[in-house]
Amino acid sequence: MTTAVVFEKARAEGRSALVGYLPAGFPSVEGSITAMRALVDSGVDIIEVGLPYSDPLIDGPVIQAAADAALRAGTTTPDVLRVVEAVAATGAQAVVMSYWNPLARYGPERFARDLAAAGGAGVITPDLTPDATDDWIPPARAHDLDTVFLVAPSSTDERIAMTTAQCRGFVYATSVMGVTGTREQVGDAAAVLVERTRKTTDLPISVGLGVSNADQAAEIAGFADGVVVGSAFVRRMLEADDDAAGVAEVAELAGSLAEGVRRR
Amino acid sequence: MDTLPEAEHVPMQDTRGRFGPYGGRYVPEALIAALDELDREYQAARADDSFGAELDHLLTTYVGRPTPLTEAKRFGAEAASGARVFLKREDLTHTGAHKINAVLGQALLTRRIGKQRVIAETGAGQHGVATATAAALMGLECVIYMGEEDTRRQALNVARMRLLGATVVPVSTGSRTLKDAINEALRDWVTNVDTTNYIFGTVAGPHPFPTMVRDLQRVIGVEARQQILDTVGRLPDAVAACVGGGSNAMGIFSAFVDDADVALHGYEAGGDGVATGRHAATITAGAPGVLHGARSYLLQDDMGQTVESHSISAGLDYPGVGPEHAWLKDSGRATYEPVDDSAAMEAFQLLCRTEGIIPAIESAHALAGARRLGEALGPDAVIVVNLSGRGDKDLDTAARWFDLLDENGDQQ
Ligand SMILES: Cc1ncc(COP(=O)(O)O)c(C=O)c1O
Repeated sequence: MTTAVVFEKARAEGRSALVGYLPAGFPSVEGSITAMRALVDSGVDIIEVGLPYSDPLIDGPVIQAAADAALRAGTTTPDVLRVVEAVAATGAQAVVMSYWNPLARYGPERFARDLAAAGGAGVITPDLTPDATDDWIPPARAHDLDTVFLVAPSSTDERIAMTTAQCRGFVYATSVMGVTGTREQVGDAAAVLVERTRKTTDLPISVGLGVSNADQAAEIAGFADGVVVGSAFVRRMLEADDDAAGVAEVAELAGSLAEGVRRR
Repeated sequence: MDTLPEAEHVPMQDTRGRFGPYGGRYVPEALIAALDELDREYQAARADDSFGAELDHLLTTYVGRPTPLTEAKRFGAEAASGARVFLKREDLTHTGAHKINAVLGQALLTRRIGKQRVIAETGAGQHGVATATAAALMGLECVIYMGEEDTRRQALNVARMRLLGATVVPVSTGSRTLKDAINEALRDWVTNVDTTNYIFGTVAGPHPFPTMVRDLQRVIGVEARQQILDTVGRLPDAVAACVGGGSNAMGIFSAFVDDADVALHGYEAGGDGVATGRHAATITAGAPGVLHGARSYLLQDDMGQTVESHSISAGLDYPGVGPEHAWLKDSGRATYEPVDDSAAMEAFQLLCRTEGIIPAIESAHALAGARRLGEALGPDAVIVVNLSGRGDKDLDTAARWFDLLDENGDQQ
């Protein structure tokens, strides 16, 4: 399985792909499945299924709060795989976003096998850089999974090339220096980074960190192949009066972002 | 003083900061440039005599190095089966713990890199105090992240840091202790890396921190080795140190690693007892994995989630440990054992009563270890204990533990 087909389709339609992140197990395993299905129904192309982790270094307070809640509720790695299976069953692509230690503990080979069996397309690993991928790339390739790594505005050209050489599916460009969370401004550094990254690869490039509304999505769609939105969804679920209201809110936001990535 | 040693002293360490299968870098790409810069500047500084001279000058005239090696005769006789116990007196450094050694080196490096702002995590508050101190000395802006739980346990150190002009940010995520303070500091660093250097408090974290902090702490071991040779005319049978992240232990161990006859003993916080699950005995009871950017032992559950640690000592209350300790353990060169809260507090009180020295509760874990070593090795043994810090910050905890605050205190 690979996400490449999604980007091809989006490109054929003259738009960017929309990638939506939610943590598995928040507000419950079933609740996260419901919310992710709502994202798919509202135009999200790829679901990033977050594997909740106790020490999420690159996440801001919003995502950490949701991950903490998911862990307190007892969410396990098999639960995350169940969520992937449910998302894949909708026909949308699901990639897992996970820090390395939970995957290492589960066993990289076993995780790759079980994720592929669940219909998952790949994994985004925010704390694996090209210097540290030895334990992950072989099992991921063996099970035909995308391996998505991050490039940052501070990356040297040499490191960008090293990183994209190990990516499969797409490249994740972090728009700003910092952690996940919504921001007023995302454009400039991201555009420069995408341009630098393009020089090293033909893979699609998705931009994330800080995107929260349709205007920002449209701006990024002007130069990137995919737009990743996470904290803005999670915040709506955290702040909603109840789970159903949360689902309605994320669906509405997804709809408007889907319009954003189609703007010309 | 041989403060900046050659890297060859250390077995199996490669340029990516790996100690056997441990160490390395597991961090967001955004941090790699800063870690590379730090590594590059540190290597350049090591090769630069003026940097070494400036650091040595500060260690001598500001920190008070060399610190004495004190024979604890009454403690040895009454509490350690008659063994000769020598204390390496890091408690006598300016700010009261070994942390200042590594902080000054990193602060000088910050200036060399040209950054104006430093951040740090702190558990017991000693590393935060040392960082705030160095920042005041060098005119740097300073922000300290400290778990909310620890700001309560070590309230006096919070006041000290604020007096020194630092901003103390209580961290209320996760377990609200050192682990979460490190997460917050790393997040700050990712966001402000252009202006900010992260002064790390121990030999954990991504490369180059484990190597750099060890090298900067190695002065403890270099001095102690010479001092024991001068005093008793031979190397010790054993060296004992407490292990939180492991910096005071690596500092003293690294000067003795090549002396095959010197046994190296690290003492982890056993909390309520390893069997209770409420402890911080990472090497004893943990499993290899990744936390805070390095592969090492850590306390984790079946799903790879970090498990909360527990210890009476805030400075040892950490579910991870430096990667070089993991390697020393696997290679058999060093031995690690847990010391429960109660054994540590007993040793704490014994040192107070026999030597007139109030140790940090962290260091009391090493003293409890020395008691065991004395029992095992007998009266001919020579044991060097790294007394990593003084106990002023722990008076509140000790007063409560020993019930000293009511009118019955004198009957104790
Ligand atoms: C006096 C003292 N000893 C030991 C430690 C533990 O740290 P490490 O294991 O890095 O020496 C601390 C940490 O705060 C401390 O303050």
